Amino acid sequence: MGRSASQDVMITLVVSAMLIWLLPLMISTYTLTVLVIYGMLGLSLGLIWGFGGILCFGQAAFFGLGAYTYAIAAINIGESTLPMILAVLVPAVFAALLGAMMFYGRLTDVYLGVITLVVTLILFKFVNSTAGPQYVIGNARLGGFNGIPGFQTLNVPGDPGAYIWGDPYFYVCAIALVIVFLLVTWLLRSSFGRIAVGIRENEVRMGLMGYDVAARKTVLFAIGAAIAGLAGALFANWGEIVTPNLFSLGQSAEIIIWCIVGGLGTRFGPIVGAAGLAYLKFMLGQQSMIDNTLVMGLILVLFVLFLPRGLVPAVASLLNSIFGRTKRKPRPRRMRRARHG
Amino acid sequence: MDLSFVILVEVLYGVASLVLISAGLAVVFGMMKVINLAHGEFMMMGGYATITAVGLGVNVFVAMLVIAPLVVGLIGLIVERLVIRHLYGRLVDTMLATWGLSLVFIGLATMIFGNTTTGISTPIPGFAVGGYQVNGYNFFIIIVTIVLVIAMFAVLRGTRAGLIARGTMQRSDMAAALGYSPDRIYMMTFFCGSALSGLAGAVLAPLVGLVPTSGGAYIAKAFITVIAGGPSLIAGLVSSATSFGLVSQFFTFAISPVIGEVALLIAAVVLLRTMPQGITGRFFKGKL
Repeated sequence: MGRSASQDVMITLVVSAMLIWLLPLMISTYTLTVLVIYGMLGLSLGLIWGFGGILCFGQAAFFGLGAYTYAIAAINIGESTLPMILAVLVPAVFAALLGAMMFYGRLTDVYLGVITLVVTLILFKFVNSTAGPQYVIGNARLGGFNGIPGFQTLNVPGDPGAYIWGDPYFYVCAIALVIVFLLVTWLLRSSFGRIAVGIRENEVRMGLMGYDVAARKTVLFAIGAAIAGLAGALFANWGEIVTPNLFSLGQSAEIIIWCIVGGLGTRFGPIVGAAGLAYLKFMLGQQSMIDNTLVMGLILVLFVLFLPRGLVPAVASLLNSIFGRTKRKPRPRRMRRARHG
Repeated sequence: MDLSFVILVEVLYGVASLVLISAGLAVVFGMMKVINLAHGEFMMMGGYATITAVGLGVNVFVAMLVIAPLVVGLIGLIVERLVIRHLYGRLVDTMLATWGLSLVFIGLATMIFGNTTTGISTPIPGFAVGGYQVNGYNFFIIIVTIVLVIAMFAVLRGTRAGLIARGTMQRSDMAAALGYSPDRIYMMTFFCGSALSGLAGAVLAPLVGLVPTSGGAYIAKAFITVIAGGPSLIAGLVSSATSFGLVSQFFTFAISPVIGEVALLIAAVVLLRTMPQGITGRFFKGKL
């Protein structure tokens, strides 16, 4: 079974503290912030897909919903604490309703994928068409294709004048990611997480053992949406504008690619995949020889064909096979796999 | 009277375009159980093939009805040999791989044709009905669709090739035992499905401004139409396209085109929730 819970927490804290200290020396914090946010978004899908077996094609919907909720609430309230909380709650409630509709209807794989895809499209089309002045929530105009600019960005709770931006904002995002990561770890160690994995493996059996499969899937789905919503709110703060592109299919596709490349069924994989591929995309964006989308697509196809388990599990088993024979313990963090998976 | 005629044409056109968009996917997904998320990009390539051929001086109808399906069918053949044949039976993996392919095609089209809107003008002029102007090209689409559905039915029902294809999809081991190579039959079926997608993209090309990302506009509609249709290929296609077409055109006329699109998607969610087996899973059972 490996390490105990407290060891797990300690390792996470030490590694993340080192990364938070070291990475800004190599990459600018402005770029790093968005990598951290994407990491959180990747983690949200990694949780529900890798551990719950729910393939959601519309994780971007919750991401966008979080961002829009934050922007609209921030304009109306003029302070950032309550909007942050709302940005987590609104996607969670939305996902709970959507999930309840799907899971109590016993919809699985393909139908689940199509419905989440369609819901994302509905949101995208709707928000895109709200350019007119009649689409107003409180003081906030939805702005259609142009999005919503100029909202109150993150401030110290209780003091709307004290903005958090630049380097401090990176630390806020990074610490938020660490906290979310620890919460996910805790969730997966709890009986809820183990039962979720059980449902992924064999839904009928878990149902026959007396667990309410639909309710548990709905809750897990909502938790994933809450994390995605938080990532969305942080993204809105980073970009200082929210646009309908947050809901787009391309965004949803990217989240899925991150999870596949990083490795499903691990907590660390989706974060690595998200940050790594987002950075790759950032680098590719600086040249015009090869189209960005082409590279992303090729990566996805090649991974599905040749490395369907993803990078983190593959590296882990590779290192295990190299170091396993000499009885040396592999370096802990790079290859840590979910022990419940 | 004039208005009701115009509305009738519009509704028929709405249904026909849904059938057209979904036909290729109905073959690939409905028969072969391959979730082809690159379907929209196949249509996009059909459109580009048409425009390129017309630019080279080919007659527009030849370009649409012959060249585009052949080109896209060949691309489909290559894709099937390189990627998809390794993934038969792995539903989620095919879905992801074809999504990757769709991104590759978008990237390639962007590199070749540039990220600009291109298009050709509609080859058939409009005409007036009373006080209304009707787009003559809509009739062409309706007729192409009717011919297509009849042809698909005839091939699948009437010919030996259709029989072999249907049999292989049901029991590939039995087909192999009878001396047919399932590998080749899968390959040919995928070719036909891709060619149908290319045809649809080509026929719809004059109506839309074509950009490399145009495929995204079709993929969701095609999927919900095929999945809502259920197990019977043609009956499902026609029945679900009719119901979605009616809903979307009704809301388009009553409120606005955007609401029409949204209504279509909401109708799809409701339909899938109430009838997860699709329309033909409940009605028209056992028909083709």
